[in-house]
Amino acid sequence: MQPRLKIGVLYSRVRVEEKWIFGAMEKRGIDYDRLDDRAIHFDLNNPTPWQGYDAVLERSISYNSGLYALRLLNAFGVPTVNTAEVAEICGDKLMTSAALARDGIPQPHNATAFTPEAALEAIEAFGYPVVLKPVVGSWGRLLAKINDRDAAEAVLEHKATLGSVQHSVFYIQEYIEKPGRDIRAIVIGEKVLTAMYRKSEHWITNTARGGEGVLCPITLEIEDLCLRAAKSVGGGVLAVDLVEHPERGLIVNEINHTMEFHTMQPLSGIDIAGEIVNHVVSVASKEYVG
Amino acid sequence: MSTVSCIECAAEITLAENTEVGEIIVCPDCGVDLEVTALEPATIQLAPMEQEDWGE
Repeated sequence: MQPRLKIGVLYSRVRVEEKWIFGAMEKRGIDYDRLDDRAIHFDLNNPTPWQGYDAVLERSISYNSGLYALRLLNAFGVPTVNTAEVAEICGDKLMTSAALARDGIPQPHNATAFTPEAALEAIEAFGYPVVLKPVVGSWGRLLAKINDRDAAEAVLEHKATLGSVQHSVFYIQEYIEKPGRDIRAIVIGEKVLTAMYRKSEHWITNTARGGEGVLCPITLEIEDLCLRAAKSVGGGVLAVDLVEHPERGLIVNEINHTMEFHTMQPLSGIDIAGEIVNHVVSVASKEYVG
Repeated sequence: MSTVSCIECAAEITLAENTEVGEIIVCPDCGVDLEVTALEPATIQLAPMEQEDWGE
């Protein structure tokens, strides 16, 4: 008889997604521990307690805590969903762009510079408007639409002066006139589970910023693009955000590795939390090799 | 059914039956975010402020 699997769920806050995940674990009779990332510690000389887990699902709100926990767990030989490598790529917009560029996957035109002067030069070469984004960050936080040179100079100076060191990695992106919506698709393993439009009058369509969700049919094009994008960043449990570019069609905007799905699960009627748990079990039992 | 008193405005808040430790609730009176730190008896504290690296 196969020994009973032991799963860990690393989290910061019990959001509705975590409640659904815990519920799905319990419904399946899975032996799991809730691991509050504010309360745990890792003794690098004693990985044994962690090696008791057949897999750990990472759901931290803090990118840093989640990433370092994944690095340690993977170093201890503990399988994780997602892997540290995937988190490293998806949690950093520049790393994501680099992976997508390497694999020839369509994405917005991006540029990066490391000083305000070089960033201004890159912005001028783009033409206005452009978008400045922090390389690490989420929920549409600190995005800036730059409409002219005056705004560019001001925002670049503010970022260089007031921001952390990371804000001096200037990530510049073309401004896309999207049709008042973008598309979010959930990819688990080799499957695009569901997709929705995120509609908003605001240029930031993130549902964390008030965007409204409407179900989106999964066309062959969406499926193919999402699977290629997911593979490019290492695969696992991912939310792939697509934008409908007026000239270039569907392109990949970003990929999230600890996605929220409080809008998508009720909208789609799909038990996303249950599918995530099924995936974690397949990783724990070595059935899934990403 | 457990009740707690809001740390910010002292409003009495009734917790839903399926409330979990670690869950964030919003005070219906003053709107402050509160984290549930224990059940039976229920305790709360002010939820941590959003950090720059928070997200999905």
